[in-house]
Amino acid sequence: MNIVVCVKYVPDAQAGRGFEADHTTDRQGVDGLLSELDEYPVEEALKLAEATEGTVTVLTMGPEDAADAIKRALQMGADQGVHVCDDAIAGSDAVATSLVLAEAIRKVGDIDLVLTGLASTDGSMSVVPAMLAERLGVPQVTFASELSVEEGTVRIRRDSDVASETIEARLPAVVSVTDVINEPRYPSFKGIMAAKKKPVETWTLADLGVDASQVGLDAAWTTVESVEARPPREQGEVVTDEGQGGQALAEFLASRKFV
Amino acid sequence: MSEVLVLVDHVEGAVRKSTAELLTAARRLGEPSAVLVAAPEHADAARESLGRYGAEKVYRVEAPEVREHLVAPLVDVFANLVERTGAAAVLLPSDPDGNEVAGRLAVRTGSGVITDAVDVQPAEDGAGVRTVQSVFAGSYTVTSLVNRGTPVVTLKPNSVPVEEAGGEAAVVEEAVDVSIPEESLAARIVQRSEKQQTGRPGLTEAAIVVSGGRGTGGDFGPVEQLADALGAAVGASRAAVDAGWYPHAYQVGQTGASVSPQLYVAAGISGAIQHRAGMQTSKTIVAVNKDAEAPIFELVDFGVVGDLFTVLPQAAEEIQRRKG
Ligand SMILES: Cc1cc2nc3c(=O)[nH]c(=O)nc-3n(C[C@H](O)[C@H](O)[C@H](O)COP(=O)(O)OP(=O)(O)OC[C@H]3O[C@@H](n4cnc5c(N)ncnc54)[C@H](O)[C@@H]3O)c2cc1C
Repeated sequence: MNIVVCVKYVPDAQAGRGFEADHTTDRQGVDGLLSELDEYPVEEALKLAEATEGTVTVLTMGPEDAADAIKRALQMGADQGVHVCDDAIAGSDAVATSLVLAEAIRKVGDIDLVLTGLASTDGSMSVVPAMLAERLGVPQVTFASELSVEEGTVRIRRDSDVASETIEARLPAVVSVTDVINEPRYPSFKGIMAAKKKPVETWTLADLGVDASQVGLDAAWTTVESVEARPPREQGEVVTDEGQGGQALAEFLASRKFV
Repeated sequence: MSEVLVLVDHVEGAVRKSTAELLTAARRLGEPSAVLVAAPEHADAARESLGRYGAEKVYRVEAPEVREHLVAPLVDVFANLVERTGAAAVLLPSDPDGNEVAGRLAVRTGSGVITDAVDVQPAEDGAGVRTVQSVFAGSYTVTSLVNRGTPVVTLKPNSVPVEEAGGEAAVVEEAVDVSIPEESLAARIVQRSEKQQTGRPGLTEAAIVVSGGRGTGGDFGPVEQLADALGAAVGASRAAVDAGWYPHAYQVGQTGASVSPQLYVAAGISGAIQHRAGMQTSKTIVAVNKDAEAPIFELVDFGVVGDLFTVLPQAAEEIQRRKG
């Protein structure tokens, strides 16, 4: 089975995150890493590939540093990487991102399964997988908490707050997985050494036949007008329980009309 | 005025509060038209409450294949309605299905899309809509203009105060018969099991949420006791969910539900950034934690440094006593 895993290089959530003057996410001077939520589809791909002697290609789109995200996935065990890197891409929204990724997936070719994470840990729109399915014209099978593939059919469990559903589709398909699906492995020493020899291709927009005018900040279909830092919340009263803490809490809630 | 299409979220015809919020918001942008995907026996119940919150029209989608397949057929329905009605905008709930329909519809119709908005208003001269989003764990507020194509916006629950429309006008109903292409029927829902009802309000729409974390040590009794005294929903941190103490559907945070209630109570939760991402926009925040240095206290309007196993039951009893 041939699997492509789409991964994203994101600013570390523990470090301060902010915006540039043009209202795009500040990606300079902030340490980045493979989005933690993208370790889950990598792990899932590796398990499927191990069971079927398939290949796992990791695909990312982003600045030069984004190669680190590919490296990490190769260290975990993926076979090869594709990095779409082009100055024109900076500031792309989900619509443009899905366009570039879809063309890259077509160029990789002969794919059974496209796996993605639940969301990126920065943009967090969760819409790119659905957009990819729309563009590729293949089934969308998203938010998988369990996944199995049998005889060309993928089957997942999708949970919402009111129901739990089992969904089936024929391959090829786009599948996004949640963070409860597995326990991602850490790269082993052997994995880290092996990753150094694995092939990584770098593609530009021209390689994909995507026109630069279709991507980037200027092509965005929505316009960010302003970005404001919220004033930090002011800390209210904090009391130490010396036997009356619960009473004090009830008192506070009553004073705010919650009782 | 143009129509504004609103996707109805309901459980067997009982319309959810988030839909009332969408309809309230839609009235600012045009004439709300509710898009109701329901079995015939559930549609009647829904119609009345849709009218109460301002739906002037209800598009009934009864084709079972829309309910039996994931997302794609609903995109066909909306694409068809957008084209037919020349709608001014489309409003959807910001949950997985709503966001995915939004994304695909935007690609298909060449329209601007914003997900997880906390506010939506008409832009000047009726040229599109203006949205507000709260990002990076609530630390930034982003205002955007959406004026390309038919703006598609998903709105977070508890963002817009619900107002009844107050009109007497009868709701116009229209059955929608959209032919769904074969390729949209590719992802089939083969089995569906409803979650057991807890009798508590839904997590994302509740006015009050009481959440427990690792500090509960697996005993959610005190958390549920306080929740029930307050008529609240119960939430959980990922640590509590990962330990198997509470189902994933109740997880609050970046990879769980994002909540914005009037009151959020965090008990035995340290306040990691990924947890805060899901609750930081709550109006009032209260924490109970043994550790005075826990970062959650930076956010609170009121905090108790203490053991949740004594503080929560005492608070619950005092609340019950006051309620009489
Ligand atoms: C990609 C990613 C996504 C994530 N998504 C989420 C998410 O959606 N939601 C989420 O919650 N987390 C998420 N996390 C995990 C997050 O980083 C924290 O690990 C988690 O929130 C910690 O849960 P906790 O506060 O319950 O546990 P801890 O951090 O262990 O805190 C437990 C707290 O309980 C207190 N305590 C202990 N005993 C008592 C007692 N008897 N009475 C009172 N207080 C007591 C302790 O002082 C401590 O502050 C995510 C992490 C990653 C990497």
